[in-house]
Amino acid sequence: MTDTALAIAQAVRSGQRSASDVIDEALSAIGSREDELHAYNLVLADEARAAAANVDAQVAAGEDPGPLAGVPIALKDNMCTRGIATTCSSKILEGWLPPYNATVVDRLAAAGAIAVGKTNLDEFAMGSSTENSAFGPTKNPHDITKVPGGSSGGSAATVGAGAVPLSLGSDTGGSIRQPASLCGVVGVKPTYGLVSRYGLIAFASSLDQIGPFATTVADAAVALEVIGGHDPADSTSIPSPIADLQSALGKGVEGLRIGIISELSGDASLGSVEGIAPDVSARAAAAAQALEAAGATVEHTSIPSAVHGLPAYYLIAPAEASSNLARYDGVRYGMRVDGANALAMNAATRTAGFGEEVKRRIMLGTYALTSGYYDAYYGQAQRVRTLMINEFNDRYQKFDLLLSPTSPTTAFDIDAKTADPMTMYVNDVCTIPSNLTGQPAMSVPFGVGDDGLPIGVQILAPMLGESTMFQAAAVLEEAAR
Amino acid sequence: MTSATTSTDATDGVLPSGWEIVIGLEVHVELNTNTKLFCGCPNSFGDEPNTNVCPICLGLPGSLPVLNARAVESAMRLGRALNCDVNSSVFSRKNYFYPDQPKDYQVSQYDLATNTDGHIDLPSGTRIRIERAHIEEDAGKLNHGGGDGRIHGADYSMADYNRAGVPLVEIVSHPDLRSAEDAKAYVSELRNIVTAVDVSDAKMEEGSMRVDANVSVRPVGSDELRTRCEVKNINSLRSLERAIEYEARRHVHLYDNGEKPRQETRHWDEEAGRSRSGRSKEDAEDYRYFPEPDLVPLVVTAEDITRLDASLPTMPSARRQVLADKAGATDDEVGLLVDRGQDAFAVSSIDAGADPKRVVVHLVNNLSEGVGQLTPETFAGLVTLETSGDLSSTQAKEVLAEMVAHGGEAVAIAAAKGFEAMDGGELESILDGIIAEHPDEWERFATGDEGDRKKMQGMFTGQIMKATKGQADGAAVARLLAEKAGS
Ligand SMILES: [Zn+2]
Repeated sequence: MTDTALAIAQAVRSGQRSASDVIDEALSAIGSREDELHAYNLVLADEARAAAANVDAQVAAGEDPGPLAGVPIALKDNMCTRGIATTCSSKILEGWLPPYNATVVDRLAAAGAIAVGKTNLDEFAMGSSTENSAFGPTKNPHDITKVPGGSSGGSAATVGAGAVPLSLGSDTGGSIRQPASLCGVVGVKPTYGLVSRYGLIAFASSLDQIGPFATTVADAAVALEVIGGHDPADSTSIPSPIADLQSALGKGVEGLRIGIISELSGDASLGSVEGIAPDVSARAAAAAQALEAAGATVEHTSIPSAVHGLPAYYLIAPAEASSNLARYDGVRYGMRVDGANALAMNAATRTAGFGEEVKRRIMLGTYALTSGYYDAYYGQAQRVRTLMINEFNDRYQKFDLLLSPTSPTTAFDIDAKTADPMTMYVNDVCTIPSNLTGQPAMSVPFGVGDDGLPIGVQILAPMLGESTMFQAAAVLEEAAR
Repeated sequence: MTSATTSTDATDGVLPSGWEIVIGLEVHVELNTNTKLFCGCPNSFGDEPNTNVCPICLGLPGSLPVLNARAVESAMRLGRALNCDVNSSVFSRKNYFYPDQPKDYQVSQYDLATNTDGHIDLPSGTRIRIERAHIEEDAGKLNHGGGDGRIHGADYSMADYNRAGVPLVEIVSHPDLRSAEDAKAYVSELRNIVTAVDVSDAKMEEGSMRVDANVSVRPVGSDELRTRCEVKNINSLRSLERAIEYEARRHVHLYDNGEKPRQETRHWDEEAGRSRSGRSKEDAEDYRYFPEPDLVPLVVTAEDITRLDASLPTMPSARRQVLADKAGATDDEVGLLVDRGQDAFAVSSIDAGADPKRVVVHLVNNLSEGVGQLTPETFAGLVTLETSGDLSSTQAKEVLAEMVAHGGEAVAIAAAKGFEAMDGGELESILDGIIAEHPDEWERFATGDEGDRKKMQGMFTGQIMKATKGQADGAAVARLLAEKAGS
């Protein structure tokens, strides 16, 4: 098992350990399980070794490489890396080399972190199991017959396997938190606009947000501090610097008011949705008790609109995706399949280049935006979204944080849900509300299920409530030890 | 003048009596910002293909737009100049596939446009209402290789994205125009306003101003709006006139034959003098507009409006009024000088003491290519020499040409040219008097044969000598007679 990012950075900054040594160890840990896990689309061995040599040279010259000095980090393969293939796990981006870095990639490098690879995902981040990758599925490091969750399955699996201490994912409907839960790691979906989306290949622009995976809450905090904060290249970026999250970690939860979302509690008598497994709801209840034991007041609270998130999400996200993915037309970059004219080339390229799930969502989204149906579908979904924002804001008048399971179940069998998209979509029921409201949420490992596989608990917070969220996460992490 | 009388008059000869044309114009104006609407690339015309591009205007995966504040300022200035309400607005995506569109959607404005409900008053007094003037990005350009240079039949096409992302304002009029003349006057006036507020160079030839015309016809006296066709590919005011009149006649012809036009886009072919059918409404694309999630709403405050209004220059209609009051010129003359941007020069020259009528006459007739080295003060000097009789109108014209080309004072140039100050002017007025007394003789001198001409020259020279008591210069008299007869 890898050292934490903070421990590595401290050792590298103080000269106790070379970054080159750290990277060699990480590359070897990645290599030892890559054949069975398939967490990566591309391992950047040469680039990582060169970057490590740079960090070592900086240390030798008496310079400080930064708070993540020498820390190996894996990047979800939907974040642009200059001159390095960025595929979104799609054939349609075949051969494309981005001419620029995503803002988060530059910020990590400036903090001394070293990118070791591009991780597998559901094609264009559309999925909850990483089975929708054009390059084959990623496996759960705790049981390779199970999925790692998705869409950031590769980033969750490599951290869950202990190969690297940190990775980045993107979360549109739970794509960081759900695989974090299934792989037994910490995963954070920050406030919308806290982390720049510049260079993140869009799935659904109004929902997408980059965030970290880590083995500890403290590592997640330092990673978020490094990648967060205003970026003028993203118009939706919040124009303020990020809060000091690490200093929040030791504050405890004494006096905090925490609400358990009844509709996601798994308790039918409280009006919960169906499908939340008893072992999962038991762990969420245990987490609530742990927080109460640490001095928080905990009670159930009803948020009826929370369960309407799923249908609203499956209209808004595909609608935006249908537009965002239109540019993959064979004209400028990536795959091209020739046709008799431009339109025929476009159709042939997209038919060959996109997988089934991506096609399904493009069609769904195109339909939702069609004139005559716009108001009934996209328009109605946006009204539900507004209702949810109002309802959550109202609850945050009474509560500092909310609590729920992250995923309705532990990791499921590979191929178990691929035949029926609807059962797959239900995986996101607990995580979707935070994307629709733009509010932050994170998953913290809190024990295992009846099958011995990890279970995560979700902490939800109001806009820019990351500090309080991390306070509670640190308490749960301690309680789970 | 009401629009109803304009229409019947102007339609004379274009359509059979009883029909009138109904026109609405959609005019795209490229803003003259330094950079594009959503990135830092130069907004520049005529460069090597694909040299002014970056990940953002190429729509590369992961790139995001950042709104150009100068473009917004220009668009709002134009909005106020067009008497629009300037509103808080939202950008939307207009989704369609065409290879010149890098993202396969255009960022535009849909239900919440920056500028709405304005108007332009034409020089004739007719008010044309403007529905909206919204901000959007331009597309690139395709160059078709092989075939006949059109997309159908081309062997290949090359895409140039230099223009992709250039800021545009699309100005949509209500269907208030009733003739091709009105339409031309509207476009001219719009161009005057756009250049007055300095937001675009508005050149139709270079495509920085592009006009699409929605044309339909109806029986005079009816207020129905019949099926319209949108005519595109109009590259000049002349094209605009021809395209509108062609389209209107086509519609009347269809109705006369018991048929109906179908709603469609048509492409004007200037060489052939006709339009060709494009896309019909049935197979028109559904653009699936929705709010652009990569941009935040554009918020306009009352202070913004106050600041914009304070920064606006005098509008062309007000300038026409000023010049008309100063110069007492005709509407056509005033309109022409404002179109040419020579109205301020005229006013300054008049203020410098020049006779208003002569100022307007010279500007209209002799300064259509521009005033060159002329200043209002030197121009006023020339006009004063002329009106005081020191220079004949012919001499004044010659001196003026010299001043335009090389500058200088009228008195010095006239002297250098040997225009004996007093004599020239005096001689001409004396001759004018003699001509008035002997119109038949003058006719024989001016248009007669060699013999007549010689005879009459002797007669007129004698009369002048008599009138000037022999003080006139014979050569000057001969020159004056020849000039006068030739002009
Ligand atoms: Zn650009």
